[in-house]
Amino acid sequence: MEYFLQLFFGGLSRGSVYALIALGYTMVYGIIELINFAHGEIYMIGAFMGLIVAGVLTALGWPALSILAIALVVSVLYSAAYGYTVEKIAYKPLRNAPRLAPLISAIGMSILLQNYIMLAQTPDFLPFPRLIPELEFMDRFSNYLGTSDMFIIVTSLVVMIALTFFIKFTRMGKAMRATAQNRKMAMLVGVNVDQVISATFVIGSSLAAVGGVLIGAHVGQINFAIGFLAGIKAFTAAVLGGIGSIPGAVLGGLVLGWAESFATGYVSSDYEDVFAFLLLVVILIFRPAGLLGKQRAQKV
Amino acid sequence: MVAANIIKHLKGALIASIWLAFLTLPIMVIRVDTVEKTVTWRWMHLAYMAVGSFVLAFIWNIFLERRDRGQAKKALETVERVSALSQFLSDPRFARPLMAFGFLVAAAFPWFFSMYQTNILVSALIYVVLGLGLNITVGLAGLLDLGYVAFYAVGAYTYALLNYHFHLGFWAVLPMGAVMGAFFGILLGFPVLRLRGDYLAIVTLGFGQIIRLVLENWSAFSFGPSGISNIDRPGLFGITYSVEQATTYMYYIMLALVVLTIFVTARLKDSRIGRAWLALREDEIACQAMGIDNTRAKLMAFALGATLASLMGVVFAAKTTFINPASFTFMESAMILAIVVLGGMGSVLGVILGAFMLMLLPEYLRAFSEYRMLIFGATMVLIMVFRPQGLVRAKRKVYKINTEAAG
Repeated sequence: MEYFLQLFFGGLSRGSVYALIALGYTMVYGIIELINFAHGEIYMIGAFMGLIVAGVLTALGWPALSILAIALVVSVLYSAAYGYTVEKIAYKPLRNAPRLAPLISAIGMSILLQNYIMLAQTPDFLPFPRLIPELEFMDRFSNYLGTSDMFIIVTSLVVMIALTFFIKFTRMGKAMRATAQNRKMAMLVGVNVDQVISATFVIGSSLAAVGGVLIGAHVGQINFAIGFLAGIKAFTAAVLGGIGSIPGAVLGGLVLGWAESFATGYVSSDYEDVFAFLLLVVILIFRPAGLLGKQRAQKV
Repeated sequence: MVAANIIKHLKGALIASIWLAFLTLPIMVIRVDTVEKTVTWRWMHLAYMAVGSFVLAFIWNIFLERRDRGQAKKALETVERVSALSQFLSDPRFARPLMAFGFLVAAAFPWFFSMYQTNILVSALIYVVLGLGLNITVGLAGLLDLGYVAFYAVGAYTYALLNYHFHLGFWAVLPMGAVMGAFFGILLGFPVLRLRGDYLAIVTLGFGQIIRLVLENWSAFSFGPSGISNIDRPGLFGITYSVEQATTYMYYIMLALVVLTIFVTARLKDSRIGRAWLALREDEIACQAMGIDNTRAKLMAFALGATLASLMGVVFAAKTTFINPASFTFMESAMILAIVVLGGMGSVLGVILGAFMLMLLPEYLRAFSEYRMLIFGATMVLIMVFRPQGLVRAKRKVYKINTEAAG
């Protein structure tokens, strides 16, 4: 039972991070139908920003928890700025281009950002300071739920609830939903579509940055290439849940996290990633639009 | 007017450079060591960044404005303008001798250039065929395949394993590789037939990852990450030859395969199945309504693309004499897709140009050593922004109906 719970919470915390990144994919896809391959890189930049802030503040001797808070805020702001800029440079000029053109420029952007971080920082793994302290009252659960796992789960939950409120009740959230439904119609009723797209990139990037800092603090080391696999996994999660659907991205992330966790725990640890992709293939064969995706009749 | 415009662009560039300097400030300037708890500040980097981005943003703005003006002008024209160059290239009187000349240059290449150059060119030619193969799936049939490299791996491992266990030669395995490729293409094709657009893309991506991960982890079968070495080079009637001669020999094999592939794909494009693919790409439902068997057309596209990739896998294994799963990552798939899209989807000439550009650019950027991938990524973005339809626009064959004879 304890082993089961350990795998359950491990999968939950891993899945929450996938979900945080997957939200960015799904939101961008919902609005401009682009697989934003540079999104994993934004997550990686978020982790690096967290590391830099944490490094500077630890050198100044600040307490761990306040460092974590500041690192999260700064990293979110900077990653949002990166997401915004990437959209302006690589995707906005391609609004009316053939469908695959933005995809290729996204791949180019991903290569560019990876190499930029590699050159400006380092190609090696950097140790990430331990920002999440061991809390005393967590001792009871320590057999199956570490403090950092709990931190990840709680933070992701708070962020996701905030996002839901934002999408449901704010003006911008409403504009986003309208644009996702039909861009042209939204434009006709006076939605500033350019602004909505920028906002989508900003929010998606912020979520990825939260994931990046949390994972950095959890795993304890980062390098310039971590965004790639995380990005592919998160995209898998988004498709698994039904791309374009926000609850779908969260569900997809969690399902993926659990599947990986249980499969490695009970079957074999060598094939961790194989399980993730096999699950995807199987689910899509039986539900071609993902778990929560709408099965739309093809219009002629 | 012009002066005002320049001032406007300068202002824009100034804002862009301030923004980019602010954006890159922490990552360019600060270097932390969390173990020693020290921080290094490198302020000079910020100055480079600001000046560099000012110049680049200025050029970027000017070109972007010119591009938009060009697009606006084109939108007003009702008749599609054919550029003088493409007119020249499509005229058989000029195109035929040009092609013959190109072929002669290609045939003479290894006699005038070093083994190193020839070797690079062999790699580029492999990517030409891979690009043409993916062009069938993506460019003609419109099925976005992000795991194309899996078929390349299938071919490479087919040859490597058969050679290791049964000492089969290159020429014996080449047709077997093709069959294996077609088999895997259909194997993947069947389950994904129901999926559309980006779902198809992610499943093919997953399939590519699965093949690579299995090769990496199933050591008893594939020797794991350490790979297989000492694969035989292609045989030549039992004659032994030096490494240098092997490169030349490999080059001619590849050249023949490229010519064959170009011929086959060019013929396929205008064939019955080729037109079926184009129809499938434009509108699946309409295509079905016209009596085309969608399933068959899709499977054909997958199988043919996979066959070419698998053939190239066999050649790749024979060329490098060593393979391991690291050669078959997603980045490789992305690169082949980039060849197709950068060159111009559906256009044979475009794919050839794209392959040469993407393969030779990193080679000749070695002078910039560590910056080469940075420049490479930036080039991909730039080409897409300024030529979104690719370097060469694919032309549809126009059938001329002779009305006089009919009337």
